[in-house]
Amino acid sequence: MQPQVLSSEIMHHYLRPKKKFPNVWCAGCGNGIVMGALIRAIDTLKYDKDEVVVVSGIGCSSRMPVYLDFCTLHTTHGRALAFATGVKFAKPRLKVIVITGDGDCLAIGGNHFIHACRRNIDITTILIDNKIYGMTGGQFAPTTPGGAFATTAPHGNYEKQFDPVKLAIGSGASYVARGTVYHVQQLEKLIIGGLSKRGFALIDTISNCHTYYGRMNKEGDAVAMIDAIKKQAVNIKQAETMPPEKLAGKFVTGVIHEHDASEFCEEYESLMQRLAAKGR
Amino acid sequence: MSEYASAKPMLLQGNEACVAGALYAGVEFFAGYPITPSTEIAEGMAREMPRIGGRFIQMEDEIASIAAIIGASNAGLKSMTATSGPGFSLMQENIGYAYMTETPCVIVDVQRGGPSTGLPTKISQADIQQARWGTHGDYTAITLAPSTVRGCFEETVRAVNMAERYRTPVVVLTDEVLGHMREMMVIPAPGEMEVYKRHKPDVPPDWYHHFEITPSLVSAMASFGDGYRYNISGLTHDQDGFPTAQPKEIKEKLDKLRTKIMRYADEIYRIRTEMMEDAHVAVISTGTVARSALQAVKMAREKRIKVGTIQPLTIWPFPDQPIHDMLKNVKKVIVAELNMGQLVQEVARVAPRTCEVLFLGRYDGEVMAPQMILDKIREAVK
Repeated sequence: MQPQVLSSEIMHHYLRPKKKFPNVWCAGCGNGIVMGALIRAIDTLKYDKDEVVVVSGIGCSSRMPVYLDFCTLHTTHGRALAFATGVKFAKPRLKVIVITGDGDCLAIGGNHFIHACRRNIDITTILIDNKIYGMTGGQFAPTTPGGAFATTAPHGNYEKQFDPVKLAIGSGASYVARGTVYHVQQLEKLIIGGLSKRGFALIDTISNCHTYYGRMNKEGDAVAMIDAIKKQAVNIKQAETMPPEKLAGKFVTGVIHEHDASEFCEEYESLMQRLAAKGR
Repeated sequence: MSEYASAKPMLLQGNEACVAGALYAGVEFFAGYPITPSTEIAEGMAREMPRIGGRFIQMEDEIASIAAIIGASNAGLKSMTATSGPGFSLMQENIGYAYMTETPCVIVDVQRGGPSTGLPTKISQADIQQARWGTHGDYTAITLAPSTVRGCFEETVRAVNMAERYRTPVVVLTDEVLGHMREMMVIPAPGEMEVYKRHKPDVPPDWYHHFEITPSLVSAMASFGDGYRYNISGLTHDQDGFPTAQPKEIKEKLDKLRTKIMRYADEIYRIRTEMMEDAHVAVISTGTVARSALQAVKMAREKRIKVGTIQPLTIWPFPDQPIHDMLKNVKKVIVAELNMGQLVQEVARVAPRTCEVLFLGRYDGEVMAPQMILDKIREAVK
């Protein structure tokens, strides 16, 4: 079978037939690329569709679950991880995936993000990081670089950027990776890595919003922006051999951090067993 | 084993009785955040949940707490949280999400003085209208207000049952004094009170619609992991949970949120009356104030004043018709509450024209003494 036909078969197996396509995203948006990578990752891992729960908040990327043929929970702005914590803790055998954007996860949802990392609860979070609020029309986000333009930064952004990777590592997540919408095969592997890891996993995925960020910052169309992402990305293995000055203006991709630590639901399970053993 | 699985009389706090009631009703998931004067509920749940195979989690804030119980409820567990004024305010957006997504869950609000940080250790009944209108948009709320420790137990059981029965959030409104007051009570034996089990779908997955508009109006509810795959969204949605902008579907959804509760109003209402048979004057009050009202009415009866009490245990939906009927032969009704006038608005709305509505409010952080109500009764009959 031709790879294209095979790919289409996989996609159609995991997309909802009843859902009205086309999707809400702009032509050329990176969200679809991430959705494809997620589907292939789940297909590789042979998860039972009934056992996968995809949770999201509000924003362009958070519209993804509605297209996916899993159990899907489209929640309130910023709170996806708090809802997902409830789902996972109630039924730990479920595979829980959170799809979120940089505004959703790091601004309004920042508190839930650090605490989900700290608990190291077994949730895989794909943060689609396009440096802007897309759905509301191009306001600056916690990831917008200093000096960049946005509708609420018409004279240039005078705030500083969050680095979600450092934030996740500092907060205790077991698996922290960065991918891009250009490096699709790598992204798929990183998602597989995150899903396979017991504990909290973050895949910070650098994406493009040519509609707002690209237009306001003269970075061109989807192709030009994705090409720029390709040029800025440096694989972690390569980055280790490079002097800091050569890394200026670039970002590191791959598995940035991984460690083994006890997982929240497992800790609670062992607590219950201890109490039962003591007859309490 | 749970410390509340005992047939012996126990000296319990109102807050502890809420814990015991939740356990009796089958709550298996609690998420909360510390806040005075509700914290004993979280503490009790932290002790009890791991003992009974249930789950306790202290979340990072109240927004996360209500989010977690909604998530857990959709994964199949009866779920509850508890808080007080400021936390109740923080929860409002996600309470709206629970209305919209028809997710069963229970929120106990142990009222304290407000607005803002207000009076953390003092009593109030100023969240009555918030329990009805706290989140944005149109919806119909169920709120129960006990006045005794035993009542805290019973109304929590009833709240869990109704949440599951009607697929909706239910609020239990208590207050600082009731939450911390101790009274003797015997926990009912298993089976003594009804415990409702969530209605699960009996159709194959292809036939299942998570928000189906059925003749009963309350859709069967699958859980994540049950073999059904569906979408849940806070966006106004069709019967499959997919976002809709169709006027017909929008109206159908909102009508359902209202009608699925109002159709069963008679099952939901619970009103306690005392000495109303020959009463010319009535006192309407809820929660802790209802205790003082009963005492005041007994004192007034000794002075041969024909007065009785009406205590709605269900305050939302407000029992319009039953209260109207009870006031038909009453000349004056006194609405006594610990706020600047919240329940009185409802009584004024439903009272017959022949019945004058008088208001007695207190909002200085103190309880309503029976004498205050007695004075008002005497003023009314002058």
